[in-house]
Amino acid sequence: MNPIPYHWQYLPLLIQIVVAFGLGTSMILGSRFVGRHRNSKTKLAAYECGVEAVGDARGRFSVRYYMVAMLFILFDVEAVFMMPWAVIYRKLPEITGSRFFGFWEMIVYLGFVAVGIFYIVRKGILDWSLDKADL
Amino acid sequence: MNTDLLRILPETILVVAGILVMLIDASLPPRAQRRGLIWVAAPGTMLALWASLIQLRLDPGTAFFGAVETSPFTIFFHVLICGIVLVALLLAYDTLPRDSHHQGEFYALVLFGASGMCLLTGAVELLVVFIALEISSISTYILAGYRKHTGKGPEAAIKYFLLGSFATGFLLYGIALIFGATGSTQIYEVAHKAASAQNHTFIVLALMLMLVGILFKVSAAPFHVWTPDVYEGAPSPVVALLSTAPKAAAFALLLRVLYQMLPDLRSLWMPLLWVIAAASMTIGNLAALRQQNVKRMLAYSSIAHAGYLLAAFAGLADKGIAAAAFYIAAYAAMNVGIFAVVTLISGYDEHLPLVADFRGVLYRSPLLGSLLIFFLISLIGIPFTGGFFGKFYSFSAAVGGGAVVLAIIGLLNSGVAAAYYVRLAVTVAQKPENGMSQAALPVPQIGVAVGAALLFTVGATLWLGIAPEPILRAAENAAHALQ
Amino acid sequence: MHLILFIVFAGLCLAGALNLLLQKHPINSALSLVVVMTSLAVLYLLLGAEFLAAAQIIVYAGAIMVLFTFVIMLLNAGREERTLGSKAAVALGFPAVAAILAVIATVILKAQDLGSVSLSDGITSTEELSRVLFHELLLPFEVTSVLILIAILGAVSLARKGHGDQEAGK
Repeated sequence: MNPIPYHWQYLPLLIQIVVAFGLGTSMILGSRFVGRHRNSKTKLAAYECGVEAVGDARGRFSVRYYMVAMLFILFDVEAVFMMPWAVIYRKLPEITGSRFFGFWEMIVYLGFVAVGIFYIVRKGILDWSLDKADL
Repeated sequence: MNTDLLRILPETILVVAGILVMLIDASLPPRAQRRGLIWVAAPGTMLALWASLIQLRLDPGTAFFGAVETSPFTIFFHVLICGIVLVALLLAYDTLPRDSHHQGEFYALVLFGASGMCLLTGAVELLVVFIALEISSISTYILAGYRKHTGKGPEAAIKYFLLGSFATGFLLYGIALIFGATGSTQIYEVAHKAASAQNHTFIVLALMLMLVGILFKVSAAPFHVWTPDVYEGAPSPVVALLSTAPKAAAFALLLRVLYQMLPDLRSLWMPLLWVIAAASMTIGNLAALRQQNVKRMLAYSSIAHAGYLLAAFAGLADKGIAAAAFYIAAYAAMNVGIFAVVTLISGYDEHLPLVADFRGVLYRSPLLGSLLIFFLISLIGIPFTGGFFGKFYSFSAAVGGGAVVLAIIGLLNSGVAAAYYVRLAVTVAQKPENGMSQAALPVPQIGVAVGAALLFTVGATLWLGIAPEPILRAAENAAHALQ
Repeated sequence: MHLILFIVFAGLCLAGALNLLLQKHPINSALSLVVVMTSLAVLYLLLGAEFLAAAQIIVYAGAIMVLFTFVIMLLNAGREERTLGSKAAVALGFPAVAAILAVIATVILKAQDLGSVSLSDGITSTEELSRVLFHELLLPFEVTSVLILIAILGAVSLARKGHGDQEAGK
């Protein structure tokens, strides 16, 4: 019997969140109070090839960004399904009653992903220099 | 395991064909012609149709731990959906712009969508129902927006997508509540638990939510508003598919949910469907009377037809299911046919969208004009066409179930509907006003593929109207299998 | 302890959802959605659905929200305008939603023989989930990959230029 409640296992995660927030806040606040601020026009200008700081924040983006984000989600969802599979993989022969069944079910699943990857690569979706995909 | 795979053979074939289309499409050089991919898509669909017929040899039963089922019911709908898809593919082959190099994705989406629809008719596990419905919906959403250069194409796609996903949300909530009430999502187990449940309130709530999702897909009355806009904006070959195949699949799901999952609640859902059927017919027909655009008119007419079909649900189990299944087949044959003719007359880019533009079509192209009039006759429901027997069986099922008033409303509505069908038919048969402008219009070319598609739909409509017995027997077997 | 967490995050979730509807800037709405998604993940965790909570964070709060903000920026969406139609939608929509919620809540509260779920330390481990997912629910699992494949195909199809656009552009 485990005397510690299960949810306490999430304590490290909570500590990490607190540390991350604390670190970020303390750095910003620290530099604000400790550092000296003497702004001149040159210092406020964008650094070398940086983006202009003033203007409409919602500039238009190329549709290619959408494609990248969309494909990221799709492959993300695919990857999420692999997690439970990996957890149980060694027990699958016993559950399904066949030695390689668990292996093949993921291979079939990944086969669909492979078709998807082949399609987007050949269609030139990820190739930003050539306008092959008519984006 | 092997019979398990046989039981999803048609779906597997459609998916494999879709993947082949995708792979070949991606391997061809970017600017190459892709029309030839029909040689993968059409044989794939035929193979799936054949595989569905092969399944007749299997004993009815479920596979994959009760996730899908093969029975005369599923085979009936599989054959119907594969037939529709085949006709739509042939139609698209001849009417999509020839210089386009994007036809591969069109064929692939149609094939994947068809696999979703087939799976939907066979699914007896609500999780599979949901995923199959999503597969069929997502491909049709994208197909609806295939004409990007027009403003109406993307509008149709986005309206269909937003409303459709909202409706699917209701369905999903209903499924979740079903699971909450019965502890299962397997339709047989749900039916078993629901039959022995003391208190039905929770299941009723779940059923109501599920009905919202399903009735949206069949465009029945309160959930029909998307139909005209989507049909107007989507390319006509897609509308031929969209107005029939997903609806057939959704009706199959509706039959399964009502008659197989919750038959004991009949006293409750029957009055509800009564009202929805009457409302669909009346709203559809009255709105169609006022339409000037042919595709919008046919969209409202399809809402009315959904109403006629729902009238069959008032019937007792045996007759009702058989009548509904028969009506779906008859409706599919004539509706795909009429959209094929409309595609050829008004063209892919629809330079002739209005009823008035159809004036003199009979003189410009006697064949297309007479085919259009033939399908209109079938839609009215005149004997010797599939539409007649469809309505006949549906209304007599309603009368058999005690819904005489509904049958009368249906008959009155058929009279109203005749008005706008005849108006279009008369316009088609009118002599061109001033010979000059009409003669300047090109005579539509009928290619081999689209010719085959037309032959197929005309043949099916006539067959259902002259010798309906074999199909009716198949529909009765299907009805029997569902109980 | 569990009850306090539940109340805090359920409240946060509802507040986020309301804020989502009331905000006029799409970006603000999208950020409220992040709050909703994250608090939902905590609620899942409280109900013992550990894997679901993780997937909720990874997929929804992570990937999908990135897409939302991308799309909002792509469209260069400005402030939402209140038109007569949208005011009517609000006037009709809120009472209608309230009515539906009331019906659902009444049914759930009155339901007798429903099972119950408790906020407890019990966790459905990922292993138990996998046992079902890779055996009984094998078909839905495989079919999901077809769904994702269609989504890939659809995304490519949606993002490309239409037939005739090139001619119009040149």
